[in-house]
Amino acid sequence: MVLLGSSGVGKSCLALRFGKDEFRSTSPTVGCAYLTRMVHLSDVNLRFEIWDTAGQEKYHSVTPLYYRGAHAAILVYDISKRETFLRAQVWLRELEKQVVPGSSVLWLVGNKGDLAEERQVSVQEGEELARDRGLYFSETSAMSGFQVSELLAAIALRVYECLGAQQEGLSEWRETPLVNLHHRDTFSSSAASCCRVGP
Amino acid sequence: MDGEAPRARASWENGSLAPVDRLRTERADSPTPGLVEGTEPGAGQKSAMFVHAQSFEDLNAEVEKDARRDDEVDRSEGEHAEEELKVLVREENIEEPPNSPLESRSKEEDVSSEAWRSHRKHVFVLSEAGKPIYTRYGTEEALSSTVGVMIALVSFVEAEKNIIRSIHADGYKVVFLSKSPLVLVGVYRTCQSDKELLRELQYIYYQIVSLLTLTQLNHIFQHKQNYDLRRLLAGSEYLTDNLLLRLDRDPGLLLSAVTCLPLATSARDVVSSSLQAAKATNLVFSILLAGDQLVTLIRKKDQFLHHIDLHLVFNLVGSSSSFREGEGWTPICLPKFNTAGFFHAHISYLEPASQLCLILVSTDREDFFNMSDCKKRFLERLSKRSAYQALKEALKSPSYSVAQVGIPELRHFLYKSKSSGLYTSPEFPVMYQSDEEQERLMGLYQDLHSCLHHPTRPLSYFYRCGETENLLAWVTSGFELYLCFSPLGTKALAVSAVTKLLKWIRKEEDRLFILTPLTY
Ligand SMILES: Nc1nc2c(ncn2[C@@H]2O[C@H](COP(=O)(O)OP(=O)(O)OP(=O)(O)O)[C@@H](O)[C@H]2O)c(=O)[nH]1
Ligand SMILES: [Mg+2]
Repeated sequence: MVLLGSSGVGKSCLALRFGKDEFRSTSPTVGCAYLTRMVHLSDVNLRFEIWDTAGQEKYHSVTPLYYRGAHAAILVYDISKRETFLRAQVWLRELEKQVVPGSSVLWLVGNKGDLAEERQVSVQEGEELARDRGLYFSETSAMSGFQVSELLAAIALRVYECLGAQQEGLSEWRETPLVNLHHRDTFSSSAASCCRVGP
Repeated sequence: MDGEAPRARASWENGSLAPVDRLRTERADSPTPGLVEGTEPGAGQKSAMFVHAQSFEDLNAEVEKDARRDDEVDRSEGEHAEEELKVLVREENIEEPPNSPLESRSKEEDVSSEAWRSHRKHVFVLSEAGKPIYTRYGTEEALSSTVGVMIALVSFVEAEKNIIRSIHADGYKVVFLSKSPLVLVGVYRTCQSDKELLRELQYIYYQIVSLLTLTQLNHIFQHKQNYDLRRLLAGSEYLTDNLLLRLDRDPGLLLSAVTCLPLATSARDVVSSSLQAAKATNLVFSILLAGDQLVTLIRKKDQFLHHIDLHLVFNLVGSSSSFREGEGWTPICLPKFNTAGFFHAHISYLEPASQLCLILVSTDREDFFNMSDCKKRFLERLSKRSAYQALKEALKSPSYSVAQVGIPELRHFLYKSKSSGLYTSPEFPVMYQSDEEQERLMGLYQDLHSCLHHPTRPLSYFYRCGETENLLAWVTSGFELYLCFSPLGTKALAVSAVTKLLKWIRKEEDRLFILTPLTY
């Protein structure tokens, strides 16, 4: 699973909630953080590998590494900041270029639902966008925990269904890294990709 | 106050300046060990871990070169510049009532307020086109006119094929560092030398390069001179803010050295060899940190890490709580190694609440799972050994008291072994517990450092009596030593303390330093 969205929308806070049901403010993610989480569905346990990407612009060139091949991509915006909603749509266009329809679960998440008074993006707008582009949609609050565990369970269920078509169980799931980091030359970034070893 | 030229040292040390053989057998019993580089306490046994930096001089070499050229800045221009500076410093003198509310968040500070102007160290980063990129206090937007004046100064002098270095005026020093495509300006109210202040600006420059690489910076500004770099640096200002704090507080940045977690050699060796065993093809450096102290560092053979790069890593890890959750994987440029490209660092804590942070630096951006696996192997191996317990025990007392040395008048000291690039220092005693007192003491050390490393009149030792403390600094080709004594002590006492302290450090060097660094 990969979490995408502008800096400060609450991706890391959501990821923390997914696992520990606690809320803590952390500093902005540097590069990317990798976490694993177990999700218990009624008849199966799924182990999620989560790539919590950094929203800061300077890291954008490395982000495609993480969403390529992901089974679930979560596009997060902050309901109290319109520009993060617009940014989510940019990510969406990127994703649509990379993702084979039906092979992964795309979810639009309006976070910081607790900031209703400062809301700049209405629920309808979120729902509409999701409907038009074939995404699932939720509003959450990582701060209060509102709808967070429901979101994770729902994602897990959809991912399971998506894979379940091919009767894939947990054992096979474990063996398939969600992100294939070995696609070598599939993307080029503006930044030099790696360092020459030598003085 | 008194200082003496290098030659005076001979009499001081009773002729022990005769060339000391680099024989290791002399390590333990040399009476005043380490007058010569490579034999001082803390010198590594095989090879240094770091780029061989004669510390400060090395770091400043590039600056010095330029300095030669433009020492001759035309006088009249200097005066002219000074006038413009007064505009810069005074311009905002006018309206603000003296009791304007003090903002706690420095970023929100009103740049026309007394409080803003009274900061001791201002640092500004601008693009050559005159766009503000970073300011330590206040917001960049509010400073566009000030920044305009700065850039006008720089280009005015440059037009005459000169470089503006610094302006001294009315209790202020304005220091310029031009590092195309960036210009860094420091406005200081301190008595540190220009050279020291330039060093600080260089750190800031490298901090920015480490986030973006110089190649990318050049590329951006070649494409669009007017680019607003704050877009790319957004969300990382805290790294620069913290680095500036470190420059005032961390002796390592002053000494161009790194300090180690005190740990028994036997335990450290096991930790090091476990880390060494978990290797991978593209793994260049593995660094194990405990807070701001180094536990061990393994490097690829023939690859050296520069202490500046290491301090940038310390700053990154120390400033970001985000590595606490899961495993971090980030591009990072180590500018002293190579300004052109990114390394990729796997950053994670050994255990959730642990202070031990492991940084694995790879050349391949798709190496995440390999690095993750290295960490797993290291941890598996280490947790089977009793050394891990010893290491955790050592974390509980990450420092030592100066009382252990057994010199009653001695309050605090900094000792740097030049050949290993490592330093040791006891915890601050009670009278230096507050942040202000610590910064004051660091300020005193900085002054001493400035005197010893004076660009034209370097000193080899320096004794200074003050009202609140007496200070002694001594530099040889092997080490640098800064001591702080109670004001009641005498010079003779201070001098005899040095020998005693050096003996103590020699005795403890196994614990305080990394004597046998490993490589892959
Ligand atoms: N009110 C409110 N604040 C939140 C919520 N979730 C996160 N925050 C706050 O938003 C800030 C940023 O949260 P992060 O999770 O670090 O944001 P991020 O999306 O991971 O940001 P990057 O790592 O920079 O991409 C923090 O200060 C959180 O306290 C929420 O649901 N409600
Ligand atoms: Mg984050």
